[in-house]
Order: sequence, then C-alpha cells, then structure tokens
Amino acid sequence: MNAHQTLPADDAKPAYNYAYLDEQTKRMIRRALLKAVAVPGYQVPFGSREMPLARGWGTGGIQVTAAIIGPDDTLKVIDQGADDTTNAVSIRRFFERTADARTTEATEEATIIQTRHRIPEAPLKAGQIMVYQVPTPEPLRRLEPREAETRKMHAWAEYGLMQVKLYENIARFGEVTTTYDYPVMVNGRYVMAPSPIPKFDNPKMHMSPALQLFGAGREKRIYALPPHTSVKSLDFDDHPFRVQSWNEPCGLCGATDSYLDEVITDDKGGRMFVCSDSHHCETRREAGHRGAMLADASALHLVEEVKP
Amino acid sequence: MYVAVKGGEAAILATHDLVAEARRGNEAVPELTVAQIREQQGLACARVMNEGSLYDLDLAALALKQAQGDAIEAAFLMRAYRTTLPRFGSSEPIDTAQMAIRRRISATYKDLPGGQVLGPTYDYTHRLFDFALMDEADGSAGEARPAATALDAAMPRVPDILGAEGLMEAETPPQGDPRPFDLTREPVSFPADRDVRLQAMARGDEGFLLGLGYSVQRGYGGNHPFVGEIRVGEVCVEFVPEELGFSVDLGEITLTECQMVNQFQGSKDVAPQFTRGYGLSFGHSERKAMSMSLVDRALKCREFGEAANYPAQLDEFVLYHSDNVEAAGFVEHLKLPHYVDFQGELELIRRITREREQRLAREQGTLPEAAE
Repeated sequence: MNAHQTLPADDAKPAYNYAYLDEQTKRMIRRALLKAVAVPGYQVPFGSREMPLARGWGTGGIQVTAAIIGPDDTLKVIDQGADDTTNAVSIRRFFERTADARTTEATEEATIIQTRHRIPEAPLKAGQIMVYQVPTPEPLRRLEPREAETRKMHAWAEYGLMQVKLYENIARFGEVTTTYDYPVMVNGRYVMAPSPIPKFDNPKMHMSPALQLFGAGREKRIYALPPHTSVKSLDFDDHPFRVQSWNEPCGLCGATDSYLDEVITDDKGGRMFVCSDSHHCETRREAGHRGAMLADASALHLVEEVKP
Repeated sequence: MYVAVKGGEAAILATHDLVAEARRGNEAVPELTVAQIREQQGLACARVMNEGSLYDLDLAALALKQAQGDAIEAAFLMRAYRTTLPRFGSSEPIDTAQMAIRRRISATYKDLPGGQVLGPTYDYTHRLFDFALMDEADGSAGEARPAATALDAAMPRVPDILGAEGLMEAETPPQGDPRPFDLTREPVSFPADRDVRLQAMARGDEGFLLGLGYSVQRGYGGNHPFVGEIRVGEVCVEFVPEELGFSVDLGEITLTECQMVNQFQGSKDVAPQFTRGYGLSFGHSERKAMSMSLVDRALKCREFGEAANYPAQLDEFVLYHSDNVEAAGFVEHLKLPHYVDFQGELELIRRITREREQRLAREQGTLPEAAE
C-alpha cells in the first residue's frame, strides 16, 4: 500500500502521477480515510477531485482505490457482481493504465476489490479491502433533501424519521420495500447507506474481517467500516430483516445460495436465473457443478463449459 | 444474450473507434482545425472555458473538436485536465475598472462617463439567415472601421458611481481578506459563503443559471433588477512570485462582467439602498454573466433578512444542481447496468403480488362461512 511515483511507460502524453492522482491529493484522501475508519459510519467530507471518468460512474471509489493502491496490490473490479460489465472493464483498464495494476477476477487473490452494487459471494479475508462506489452517501437524503439538516440529524442520532418510514412501509405493504441500499446501523451509532448493494449482501458486512471503504465522488464524502464492526440492518422485533430468495437455482452452476440475475432468453416468457457474481459461478462450474441450462448455453457458445 | 458471456472489453474498445469515426464525419469534407474553432467559434469556446473552469482558448477549441461540439462533454475534458495541473499560487485580484473595453453598456443611465460602447453583439441583428455564409469561398468579414475618436481612458463602473453617492450596497471583503475558498480542492459546507457561491456559479451550467435567473424575474424570488452595467474586454492578470516580491504580468484574459442593481427597502439598522447582483465570466458571455448576477442577488436573501422560499434563493439547491458535469454524470449513470438492484425490485414486486393473490383467495374462501 505504499505509493511509488512512476512514469507511465512509452506514453507520449503528459506524464500523469502513479494512479493518476497527485501525491498531495492522495494524502488528503488518506487523511479522510483514517478519520472515516476512526468513526465508523460517519460521512467525512473530502476534496473530491474531477476525474477523467464521469461523476456518478464510480469516481469516489476510483479516488479511494487510487489513494491506497500500490505496486504490490492485486485489484479486482466488479459491477453488478461481474468482472466484465462495461463500467468494471473501464475502471480496471484505468488502473492498468495509470497504476500498472496487477488485476484479477479471482476474489481470493485480490487485495483490493472495487465494487458497484455487490459484495462477492466468496467470504472476504483479513487483509482484503473492499472499495464501494457510492452514489448517495446520505441514507436520510430521500427523507430530508437538505444537507445542513441531515448532518444535524446524524449528530444528534435523530433517526426517528427513518424508523417512521420503515414503519409506514410495513403498514402499507406488510414489509419493508427497500430492496437495495437498505439502511444499516453501524457500531450502534450511525445510520449508514451501504451503497446500492442488494439487501441480500447486507449481512456480509457485519463483523467482516476485511476493511470496507466507501467513496462518493460527486457528493464528496468518504466513510468506512473497520474490520469486525457491527453492521445491523434496520428492522423491528416483530418484522425482522430478511433477504431475497429465489425459487430456482442458478441455471449455469446450480448454486442455491447466491444472488441471481434474471436473463430473458426469448420473447415467449423464457428466462433463466444466473449468479450475478460471475467469478463465483465460474469457480463452481470448474469444480463440476452443473446447472439445468448449462448444456444449452454451452451449445450456443454463450459460456465456455469446463469439462470436469 | 447471457450475462455470463465474455466480450464486454472488446465491445468497449470498438465504441472508441466508432466515436472517432463519427467525430470525423465524411472524410470528403476537410477536417476542422483547432485554430478554426478558436477563431470562429469563440462564444462556444467561452462557454467551455467557463464551465470547464480553465482559461485556455486552444484547449477549449480542442475540447470542442474532440467532443463533436458537445459543450458539456468539452467542459468535462477541460476539468479532467485542469484537476491534474499544479497550483503554484494565486494571482493578484484583477481590476475590471482597468479593463480594455470592447463593449460597455448601462441600462440605468442614458449617458455616463465613457459613454455607451456597443461593441460586437447580436443584440441588434435580425435573426435572418445569412445564406452567403453557406458559401465556403466567401471568407471575407465585414470590415469594421476604427472610430474617429478613441474610447475614453476612464470608464468608471456604474455601481461605483452609485456607491460614491452612498446609494449602493458596499462590497467589503471579509475580515482579513482571506484567499477565496476553492471548491475544486475543498468540500463545500452549508450555508455557503458568497465566494463559494460565486465560484460555483462561474463554473455552473449556463442553461441552468439562465432558467433560475428567469425564475427570479418571473416572481420565484421577486427581484426587479436593472442592468447597472455590462462590460466586456481584456484585463491583465498579475502574479507575485514569492522569490521576487513584486508583481509580474502573466498576460491578459477576456472577461464579461455584469452588475445588476436591485432594490432593497432597508431594515431597522440599514437605510434603504440599492443592492448588487454580480456576475463574472470568461470570454464574451453576457447571458451567463447576467444570469449569474440575478441568482447571486437572489442567494443574498439571507444577508438581507429576506425569506428564502424559492429555488434561486436556496444555496444548497443552486450549488448542488448547477454543476453540469456532475449533473450529467449522475443523470447519465442511469445507463449503467442496474441488473442487481432491478432484480431486487422484481423479486419484491412478484412476491408482494403473489402474497396479495393468496390473501385475496383466502378471504374469498372464508367469506361464505362469515356470512353463515
């Protein structure tokens, strides 16, 4: 995690610093990260920089990764759980280009995992760092649009409004209808937005041995969960928190305990469910697990079938 | 298509080639040069410099070329470049009273020292196509003849004239005259001070500020302003290097300054006087400077103890939403994959529908018994 200044090789353009950001900016971000780790769940304002990728497309996560990455790191970038979704490809290429980064798709090999909308299915280990891209860091924003007000609400731990919102959900629909970015209570103190991961992933945050960092570039906020921090999804005693479940397993690898994406296969209502974590799915297929639709998909060369 | 399919990377690389091809257009038509854009699309370059927060005509022209004329995309290129530049210091404050005037008009006085200088403007043109411009060969410009007499050397700013009479709200720097806040380096907190607001508006979207300024005029903010003065021209930028200790002229930049004169009834402690709305922008960009000065005055409502009920009066609203690079980023991020979140919503809505049908079926099943 130590930063070295290098010049990009055979590049005629003006030389950018290692990992794009200048060292002063990296230090500024690291100071914000340290504060965020010291006060879990608290949103630390930081001097978010204009990045060469669009605001709202992961610039917060990119700045956090740029501030912590070093030549010894191995980076994995996922979007929607997959390594080859458009934006994940773009961000991975950014770090390959600017930081000469060693990249991987294997969750267990990565020292830094930058993510949008998912936590990998494979359990995280001590020493790994999750970097979340955050669009709206303020969990109370939909309830109170003014920043000056929401900061006061956090300072006073005044979260009644959120409880009322969840209660009204239950009163109207019989359950809390938030399916992603489901608010959590961190370390018994701050209500925090877990970023738009499905609530399926919320329990993975609780007491995770990995360091979890959150960067919101457009909104200029950083927050963090140090390893082994309590993260509780908000609920009521008589309406306990529950996660999504599916009636069928992954069509490719047969997994029954992973988060599934729905893929429309024809215009006659045909559909299949596949793991959103593409690496998890591949690993299982390599280990010989076969889903009901793997043979079809393989025949169409839509996936490469690994012969056991 | 299956999400499990590999190949996103190749497709992305192909989009780069396709956009380069689209940018070039028909190769039978000669390629635009950056110099042509700089010289012949100056107002577009000014907008890109403003919203890109970087005064560099050549880069603005290059940005417009690369972005196929998309002003926001061009501003984005400027900003992404600007952010990597080292900051070696702050210039001395520029003095717009010393501007080399190209255009200077006042709507509050028929005549004034220095006079009305109309300069280059579309204001008095009829918006009829000049089909002669369709002909590429006709490269000749209308010939502007020098005036018989030179402009007056002294060109006092209108608010200064009012100020000498004690009728204009004084502009006093904050205590100690600190260096202005830089929102590109520090996070903004609210309520935001005027230096922050002015910086945000100077780089804010012209269209957004125009709309907000218009809303103020139509009653969502209730000010009735006069254009005290608009001036366009060149000013010197001076810098004092620490090792020299005296100022060095770095060159000149073109600026547009607008000062609006607004009414103020006065309060218990302050006599009635005129209040100021201020706008300053790079290049010739009157619409931007005027819109900015309308919104600047609206945002000063707190200082004057006025109610803040409308969007143009709310600093959080204006500052957060006027940045078009941020706004475009977040609006356009909706194009990114959201399969995972959408699947969460699908799972929920299907389950609620299923549970509702089961409940209705149960209720219907129990109804006859209830009737008995």
